[in-house]
Amino acid sequence: MNIFYDRWLGGRQGAIGLLLLALLIFIVLPTFLDIYRLNNVGKYLTYAFAAVSLVMLWGHAGILSLGQGIFFGVGGYCMAMFLKLEASDPASTARQTTPGIPDFMDWNQITQLPFFWEPFHSLTFTIIAIFVIPAVFAYVIGAAMFKRRVGGVYFAIITQAIAAILTILVVGQQGYTGGINGITDLKTLHGWNINTNSAKYILYYINGALLIGVILLCRYILSSKLGRLLLAMRDKEDRVRFSGYDVSNFKIFVFSLAAIISALGGAMFTLQVGFMSPTFVGIVPSIEMVILAAVGGRMSLIGAVYGALLVNYGKSAFSESFPALWLFLMGGLFIGVVMFFPNGLAGLYQTYAKPTVDQFLEKFARKSAVVQSTSLNEKKEVVE
Amino acid sequence: MLFGYSFSDLGSILVMQGFSGLSLFSVLLLMALGLAIIFGQMGVINMAHGEFMTIGAYTIYVVSKITEKYFPEFMAYYFVVAILAAFVIAFIVGYFVEFLLIRHLYKRPLDTLLATWGLSLIMQQIFRSVFGGREVSPTLPDWLMGAWAPTPNIDIPINGLFVMVITLIVTGAVILALYKSRWGLKVRATTQNRMMAGAVGINTQKVDRMTFAVGCGVAGIAGAAFTTIASTGPTSGSTYIVDTFLVVVFGGTASLLGTVASAFSISQAQSILTFFMTNAMGKVVTLLAIIVILMLRPEGLFASKVRK
Repeated sequence: MNIFYDRWLGGRQGAIGLLLLALLIFIVLPTFLDIYRLNNVGKYLTYAFAAVSLVMLWGHAGILSLGQGIFFGVGGYCMAMFLKLEASDPASTARQTTPGIPDFMDWNQITQLPFFWEPFHSLTFTIIAIFVIPAVFAYVIGAAMFKRRVGGVYFAIITQAIAAILTILVVGQQGYTGGINGITDLKTLHGWNINTNSAKYILYYINGALLIGVILLCRYILSSKLGRLLLAMRDKEDRVRFSGYDVSNFKIFVFSLAAIISALGGAMFTLQVGFMSPTFVGIVPSIEMVILAAVGGRMSLIGAVYGALLVNYGKSAFSESFPALWLFLMGGLFIGVVMFFPNGLAGLYQTYAKPTVDQFLEKFARKSAVVQSTSLNEKKEVVE
Repeated sequence: MLFGYSFSDLGSILVMQGFSGLSLFSVLLLMALGLAIIFGQMGVINMAHGEFMTIGAYTIYVVSKITEKYFPEFMAYYFVVAILAAFVIAFIVGYFVEFLLIRHLYKRPLDTLLATWGLSLIMQQIFRSVFGGREVSPTLPDWLMGAWAPTPNIDIPINGLFVMVITLIVTGAVILALYKSRWGLKVRATTQNRMMAGAVGINTQKVDRMTFAVGCGVAGIAGAAFTTIASTGPTSGSTYIVDTFLVVVFGGTASLLGTVASAFSISQAQSILTFFMTNAMGKVVTLLAIIVILMLRPEGLFASKVRK
């Protein structure tokens, strides 16, 4: 029990932070928002997966990937392919030249389902694919680069180029991928209509639970020896190497893990939004995921979620009413966060709000229990 | 016979596609030269580099409109003045950007990436507000139009030739400046060892500012070259930024010769592949090839033999 409390929840501070987040996601937002807005929040929370993965990758391991959109897209497309196949059963596509294949293939004169679409008839395969494909993809990229000690800026640029390639490929191969429009008109998951309000509520809660689960897992990893090593690698890579650790394997691991987390977000995105398109894969979305993590605080898993909510809310609020102003704001946000608040919202909380909160908690703890606090206070290395 | 073309046709295709590749080569090379100075020498990741190119392109547009309206008799010569103006304006903007933004971030290279990305968003929006979202093109002087046809099958556009000449001159000038001038010596000294350079009396801050501004100025000239092959929109520059970074990385960051070689091979490969496949696939194949080569040879084509 104690291990769970200290390592998964991150001690008292971490537990309270997580509890507040869970309250916000599961109770406050669903009570005050109608289903349309809640669905939007659900969409923002899927970006939070990518932001959390970047906190692991960039904040803690020092690897800036400008290609999280790739994995977000892979997860999303896997899900979308399954849903699309289910939506294009021979009965409902009877008007096409070739019934039983997705409509965009029919428009592009493709008469047979391509071989790589075949296995996506199975939900089990799809769910496995959402985890395995991004992991393998990340493993290959990571192994090729980290084994040769390519890191830092080069890694960022190459991942960005890969994101660019993937977008061009998806847009160019219209018959196989749906092109620029993406995969649309998704209806049912195993016969369960995902467009009804009740389905949207259920998906929102599943999404929130998955997100909390991912944060718990990341906390556990960060509080382990591995997490300590990641930090050490970020700060002095050579010293870790000279201590006898194989740095590249740790980097490959954390890159693959981040890929899986992003892919999970992508899959949930498809389920909640009801389509997937290359606009969520390329260079721009990938870099926007970095800004979500930066606004929330690049070291803070929970901060990343708030960053994702805040930035995306701002984006949809401003870009609807003042599209021109939004780009200025977004650009200013990038510059401002980097120049003035390198630790983001979490950093602001640490400097301004935390002392007061600590005082309050101290009083509270003294009232309720006197004995317990000494052992807990020694373990101050809380993973936020 | 190959792909259904006869060999003489294939020869002409190669020459013409090769030549249209040369126009792309000019733009890429000029962009990459500026970036090679900024990224290769200073280690700053300038994601707004494409926007400096756009500044150059819009400068050409503005100068052409002014000349057309007020000095129509100089229409034939304005382009030369406009190129200088493109350099100067991009230089000045770069100078201020370094002063306001970049100099605070030299120790955090990954953060310059984010900050300059933000800068590029702001600059794009400024372009959109000032010039509108529609693409514009300057009125090119008559002598730049037309084509030169050495054989009936081959047409070589004059503006392509002209841009090639500019590229050659600028490349030569940059190489001379970096390796033969007093300023180049200071730049190289500063980038190799900032502390020591400061200790022997070089004002490293001033050198940084000049270096960044010159890099941006060269991007402005790239914009001038760009106007001869395509029309300018607010996001014209950002479509080149990934390619440009790949050119610099592929060539080996510290080697200008490598930059020239990689810009040439990338633009030629892309242009010739584009003819045989679709536009998108040509680009995908080229980029994939670069990435595979970079994975096998991370230091690029021409590695510098400096220990890091």
